[in-house]
Amino acid sequence: MRKRTTAALLSALLMGLGQLYNRQTIKGLLFLLFGAAGLYGAAYKYPAFIKGLVTLGERPSGMVKVGKLTKMVAGDHSIYMMIDGLIATFGLAMFIGLYAINIRDAYSNGLLRESGQRPPGIAGSLAGLGRRHFAYLVLAVPFVTITFLTILPLVFSILLAFTNYADPILPPANLVDWVGFDNFRKMLELKVWSSTFGGVVTWTLIWAVVATFTTYVGGIVVAVVIHQPRIRFKKLWRTILIVPFAIPNMISLLVMRNLFNNQFGPVNGYLRALGLDGLPWLTDPFWAKVTVILVNMWLGIPITMILVLGVLTTIPGDLYEAAEVDGAGALQKFRLITMPMVLFSTAPVLIMQFAGNINNFNVIFLLTNGDPVNPDYQYAGHTDLLVTWLYKLALNQSQYSFASVIGIVIFLLVASFSIWSYRQTRAYREEDMIA
Amino acid sequence: MNNRQVGGTAKLTASYIFLIALCVLSLFPALWIVMSSLKTGNSLFSDTLIPRSFTLTHYEELFAKTQYAVWAKNTIKIAVMSTLLGTFLLLLSSYAISRYRFSGRKTSLTVLLVLQIFPGFMAMIAIYVLLNTMGLLNSHWALVLVYSSGAIITHIFVAKGFFDTIPKSLEDAAKIDGASHMRVFFAIMIPLSTPMLTYASLMIFYGSFVDFIFADLILRTEEQRTLAVGLYRMVNQRNSTEFTLFASGAVLVALPITALFFFLQRFLVDGLTAGANKG
Repeated sequence: MRKRTTAALLSALLMGLGQLYNRQTIKGLLFLLFGAAGLYGAAYKYPAFIKGLVTLGERPSGMVKVGKLTKMVAGDHSIYMMIDGLIATFGLAMFIGLYAINIRDAYSNGLLRESGQRPPGIAGSLAGLGRRHFAYLVLAVPFVTITFLTILPLVFSILLAFTNYADPILPPANLVDWVGFDNFRKMLELKVWSSTFGGVVTWTLIWAVVATFTTYVGGIVVAVVIHQPRIRFKKLWRTILIVPFAIPNMISLLVMRNLFNNQFGPVNGYLRALGLDGLPWLTDPFWAKVTVILVNMWLGIPITMILVLGVLTTIPGDLYEAAEVDGAGALQKFRLITMPMVLFSTAPVLIMQFAGNINNFNVIFLLTNGDPVNPDYQYAGHTDLLVTWLYKLALNQSQYSFASVIGIVIFLLVASFSIWSYRQTRAYREEDMIA
Repeated sequence: MNNRQVGGTAKLTASYIFLIALCVLSLFPALWIVMSSLKTGNSLFSDTLIPRSFTLTHYEELFAKTQYAVWAKNTIKIAVMSTLLGTFLLLLSSYAISRYRFSGRKTSLTVLLVLQIFPGFMAMIAIYVLLNTMGLLNSHWALVLVYSSGAIITHIFVAKGFFDTIPKSLEDAAKIDGASHMRVFFAIMIPLSTPMLTYASLMIFYGSFVDFIFADLILRTEEQRTLAVGLYRMVNQRNSTEFTLFASGAVLVALPITALFFFLQRFLVDGLTAGANKG
């Protein structure tokens, strides 16, 4: 048998054996140790974890008779079992990956030996790692943190959508079970859920369109006004108007909430001073919606303004001069030169802002907290977006499985919009996003 | 004066009036909150914008009555650590993904793109349980870890896009001269990527400075809290009764961040434009 085959087979049999066969003693021993530990875990520990993940616990907590006494005995905790099962599965997947690398390594070093060279020692191997597999070396740490701190929790949350983990079924008192697409069905068919769902989705979409449109158009108007050749102190205007962008929006939103206070807020105070009635800015379903849009304009216009000002300075002046010679008026110049140029360069921002507005948590949460409460809704108010409803469902109402369903809906919404807009923009921008 | 000139002057005047009105609107909330923090009494209501008498007592109360100083220390610690770790991880991963062609590269990029689309705190409950099992609840390090790993996902496309624009010939030349991967990275790539680095680290710093949702969930005791959480709770619990106290706290939180934004404005605008180009 050829050396590479032998080495690879040995390594497949037990991690590290092939390396020992290739006379890479230290590396082989390290691999052997790691492989033995991993195999032990996979064979003896893993089955229990996977069983927990599949059954989500079988023994509920309850009173058990021990001799003459009745004692409270803690049962299985479904949620911990689920997380443990997931961690174990992720760990196993990583182990299998490393095992595959070990076989490949034994094979390539066997190949080296066949050509009459000596495989490198431990120092040489480490140096080779830095030289040839630099990318993997560098990506190892981010890979592990992202896997365990982002992907794993996300997978867990997605799985929750297929369980009945929602108040009143909460561990450790109750066992959670897999229920398939039950929650999705309830969301669409059960009256209490479906009417809220329909209402919140509609408002989320209206909000995203109006919020994006108003800030975009507003930003362009402000930028065009500042950019007029006869306007002086351009830099001053720009600097002042950028202030809302520079103040942390968490602070400005909390401030706005007080500004628009019905009774004591200065906005109504000034209106009353002018002899007008104050408006129910945050407490009336309609006006609350107007308020969040207005405040969002205050926050968002500066960003579009800076971006558009940047575009405007790149439009060559002779384009306008040529248009003037041809007898174009201000409106025509704007429509035929300025607008196409601005749209072309800012279309991606527009798309990003729309996707961002669907998930615009801060504006709604800090300003109105979704209120005023809608009595016909299930745990939601008139201004709640999908994303704030998700928050309320999970953190205030312990309706975890329904919150996960909403999360998946948001994902589908944003993903389908992104894919659609990506196709659209690719048509005139032949640039691969993942190049 | 003919008609056209009259029209021009009217238009110019209208433009100036428009801009002045906008400036008033832009500055009013900031002005109002600063004035509120300086006025006597503690109510939200005030009959004049400029208070009749000025006082600094609310700022003193902030430090005497609440744990403001402790929160500030916690916030700075968390924000600085997250910025350092997050920028470091972001730098490494975006550089590797931009420069090296390895198997699994396209898959990683697709996965990152998908991760960006999920609402960030959908996974919060799971992270909470996870940290609970690891005994990291109420720990600042847990927050630092979560913020830094989140930073990679949020900013990797901007950073990768930036590295894509640096010509490959620069590194090739250095490698011919015998420089190692590490040396190329530290001596050439890092100095060249200062604008992107500034943008990314500012965004990470800002993100961890103002986060009040995740931090609120993880930090269980008052001594561990951050400014954003403290401030948010202040406004939620004491609301209009101690409004001026909140006002002074808000001013103190907003000042450093706003100043930072103004100083680094140039990088921010570049970063925003670059971020948009990924589509």
